[in-house]
Amino acid sequence: MSDWKQSLFGEPLFAIAVTVLIYLGAQALHARWRWLHPLLAASVGVMLLLAALDVPYEAYAVGGRWIEFWLGPATVAIGVPLYKHAAYIRRQLPAILGGIAVGTMSAMASAGALVWLLGGTKELMLTMMPKSATAPISIEVVRQLGGQPELGAVLTVLTGLLGSMIGPKLLRMAGFGDPFSLGAAIGTSSHGIGTARLLRESELAGGISGFSMGAAGILTSLYAVPLYMWAL
Amino acid sequence: MLGIGILLGFHLLGMVLQHALSLPLPANVLGLLLFVISLFAGWIRLEWVEVSANFLLRHMMLFFIPIIVASQLFFPLMKEQWLTIGVSWLGSTLIALFVTGWATKSWTEGKKETDE
Repeated sequence: MSDWKQSLFGEPLFAIAVTVLIYLGAQALHARWRWLHPLLAASVGVMLLLAALDVPYEAYAVGGRWIEFWLGPATVAIGVPLYKHAAYIRRQLPAILGGIAVGTMSAMASAGALVWLLGGTKELMLTMMPKSATAPISIEVVRQLGGQPELGAVLTVLTGLLGSMIGPKLLRMAGFGDPFSLGAAIGTSSHGIGTARLLRESELAGGISGFSMGAAGILTSLYAVPLYMWAL
Repeated sequence: MLGIGILLGFHLLGMVLQHALSLPLPANVLGLLLFVISLFAGWIRLEWVEVSANFLLRHMMLFFIPIIVASQLFFPLMKEQWLTIGVSWLGSTLIALFVTGWATKSWTEGKKETDE
């Protein structure tokens, strides 16, 4: 790579501008073709552009971190829909909490059991079990269990992407399309990425999803406690 | 800008709490908890934060793009065990979706029956 290109791609502005513009393009495509998931389309778009221009990932990451940073305050912002719909949520709180408790257990147990059935290693099993929890929690749980935290982070993100892509449609088809079941299921299985998608459709379902994401994350770290004994 | 400031403040507060008490929860979840408590307590008024919060929430997917782009670094590692990873990834996500949806739905309806 020539010197001027190297210094250009290393500027945070390059990654920020390119990501925002591709994101806007993906939103426009999504408005036309509803089945096209904007996050997947935008991410693939960025990857293709980086490959075409021969930009090393490390250069992109300099500006990428500036964008990623806003996930923190955006997660705090989930408090707004939660607060606005608190009366609704409170009335169904036992059902939502019960659903999250059972769902988080099923997510961890099935992820582990499937790896075991297919003859995967114990390390891979422990890396996959917490992947439905929000990334900062799942990474921490994987680390404490002795799995591979970096791989765990990737699997967590891909799980959120999968749930966000197929979850709302499948749940509605199965008759779980009311905001309580939908919000609890998406938040529990596909954390912030699923929540981001639901928030664009319904403030109530999105708020419940944000709440479920937090509760499922806390439960994942609690359910992992007996696993520590087995993992050591 | 007031709203952005408040949200950043709570994120920071969550981070301070996490570091000071070395809690096992991430700073953003702690910040969210503190923020919700403050809204209910009336320390923070909804109209101070609503516009900024809605803007961040509407575009939350944008903030995930760099993380998904980073996953390409792990494609070679995942290729070795693609079948095990793929089946567990797909299977457990479907199971978690349906079990949570089904449980929440059945308990929601159960509650309605007792209310009526």
